Amino acid sequence: MKFGATLGKWLDMPVGTTRWTWRKFWADTSLAYLFLLPSLAVIGLFSLYPVVKAFTLSLTNYFSPRVPAEFVGFQNYREILQDPLFWKSVKNTAIYVVGTVPITILLALGIAMLLNRKIHLRAFYRLAYFVPYVTTAVAISMVWAWIFHDQWGLLNYMLGWFGIPAQKWLLEPKWTMFTICVLAVWKGLGYTVVLFLAGLQNMDRELMNAARIDGANENQVFRHITWPMLSPTTFFITITAVINSFKVFTELFVMYGGRPGPLREGITIVFYIYEKAWDDHVMGYASAAAYILFFMVLAVTVFQFWYARKRVHYS
Amino acid sequence: MQENAVAGSPVWRSVKAVLTHVLLMFGAIIMILPLYWMVATSLKTYPETLAYPPKFIPSIPQFINYVDAWYSQTHFARYFYNSFYVTIVTMVTEVIMTIFASYAFARMKFLGKNILFGLFLSTMMIPGEVLLVPNFITITKLNWYNTYAAMIVPFTVSVFAIFLLRQHFLQIPFELQEAAYLDGAGHTRFLFQIMLPLSRPPIATIALLKFIGSWNAFLWPLLVTQSAELRTVPIGLMSLMQDEGLKYHIWMASATLAMIPVLVVFLAAQKQFLESVAKSGLKG
Repeated sequence: MKFGATLGKWLDMPVGTTRWTWRKFWADTSLAYLFLLPSLAVIGLFSLYPVVKAFTLSLTNYFSPRVPAEFVGFQNYREILQDPLFWKSVKNTAIYVVGTVPITILLALGIAMLLNRKIHLRAFYRLAYFVPYVTTAVAISMVWAWIFHDQWGLLNYMLGWFGIPAQKWLLEPKWTMFTICVLAVWKGLGYTVVLFLAGLQNMDRELMNAARIDGANENQVFRHITWPMLSPTTFFITITAVINSFKVFTELFVMYGGRPGPLREGITIVFYIYEKAWDDHVMGYASAAAYILFFMVLAVTVFQFWYARKRVHYS
Repeated sequence: MQENAVAGSPVWRSVKAVLTHVLLMFGAIIMILPLYWMVATSLKTYPETLAYPPKFIPSIPQFINYVDAWYSQTHFARYFYNSFYVTIVTMVTEVIMTIFASYAFARMKFLGKNILFGLFLSTMMIPGEVLLVPNFITITKLNWYNTYAAMIVPFTVSVFAIFLLRQHFLQIPFELQEAAYLDGAGHTRFLFQIMLPLSRPPIATIALLKFIGSWNAFLWPLLVTQSAELRTVPIGLMSLMQDEGLKYHIWMASATLAMIPVLVVFLAAQKQFLESVAKSGLKG
């Protein structure tokens, strides 16, 4: 009875729960687990178990299911941290994060603010900006490779209108991260616009109008009302955008025909993991690199939460 | 009077409106241009693709390019079949599993609920790419390498979808549940007869998200399949790019073909879809 009372309190059951409601509770518990069983099995096998498995693998020299793996401690981690190619992949990934997230957020916020009023064609604009987001990455990377073509590409032709000389976008390593960032901003912009637009439309307009009547100009309204009120949306967008940009792979892989850019100069962390695991077949080593990626993403996310603590205002 | 104080004089207002449209239209053209360029190139002749300055409108649209693209790869029909098969099975399975899981989390009291829900949510923080190697090993151990199951099963659960549908289920009045209970309906009947008919929009969104994600998937299907009989459209496209050399009109026709299913599905449901995406951000 004592146990029942404690359990009831913990489970938020009503005071004076009878034997009959307890029976219903246990019946519900079994039914709930029946409902959850398929999802739980998939999550367990393909999301939770591999987190543990990746770590144990990263401490071995595993490379094939047929060869018994040996425990090597933190050897893989030591080797990765001394590999210049790994650091190049970290640098390129960082360039990609910095080259896509802030620009996407700024452009999207601007577009969302323009769209956040009664204007004609609003549905059309929203659709036009969003369509790239649903395009097939492989197909659209082929299209961009064609646009970036140094001889017959649309980009060089259009830059010619402004007297800008043709560049070898896909052949010179200095442009590799640039081309990937352009594609990523183009593809992801509309999604961010839609999220910002929702955030803006969800705001209380009375407050802004009151401030305007009191003589505040548009800049002041934006700085002191719109921006702080939008901060939860901005925070959500930043967190998810940063996590996603750490995973950059497919666009690079397709645009450069399966190679990490010309002279391998555009390698990213996921590309590094991919090459180690599936070209070199050092899967223990690749797991260690994956774990380093995991911790980097985690550290950046924790930092963002810490940074946002005082700057995000939930009403 | 008050309107003017807020929005400025009528002249300034119309100048602003025109400027807004100019900016937005310029942006929209840039967003659409790559897709337009893809379709335009796909309808050109080979010499026309190499013309300089490039032609924005093909002189005579070469619809035959699409036939050529379809037959350039002997397996293209097979790739489409595989993509549809994997996408639809993944989508249907996911929707069914999501309905049950979301209902349990939204409407049932059970032992360990908060712990389990926390566990589910925590998986959203793990970048999927980190799990590629262990999951690949699991697939080989299950003897699923080079099977449909390898491409389908790992993607039948989306915690994001469960979260989305749970939010929706939570908004349906609890009085309905009590009334149904007094009428003798248990959880299962309540779920199917009352909750589901009230939840068509979020379920459609979840299905659409999965359709797009699954159709566009590249890295995982590439890793777990080997034979051409099992490969999906994106992977077939990739190999086309490596085979075909410089025939850009055929590439672009193939790229267009590959994208038609997602674009059609998206355009058919775009209004509903954009609203749900917008809502997902507000709750985050």
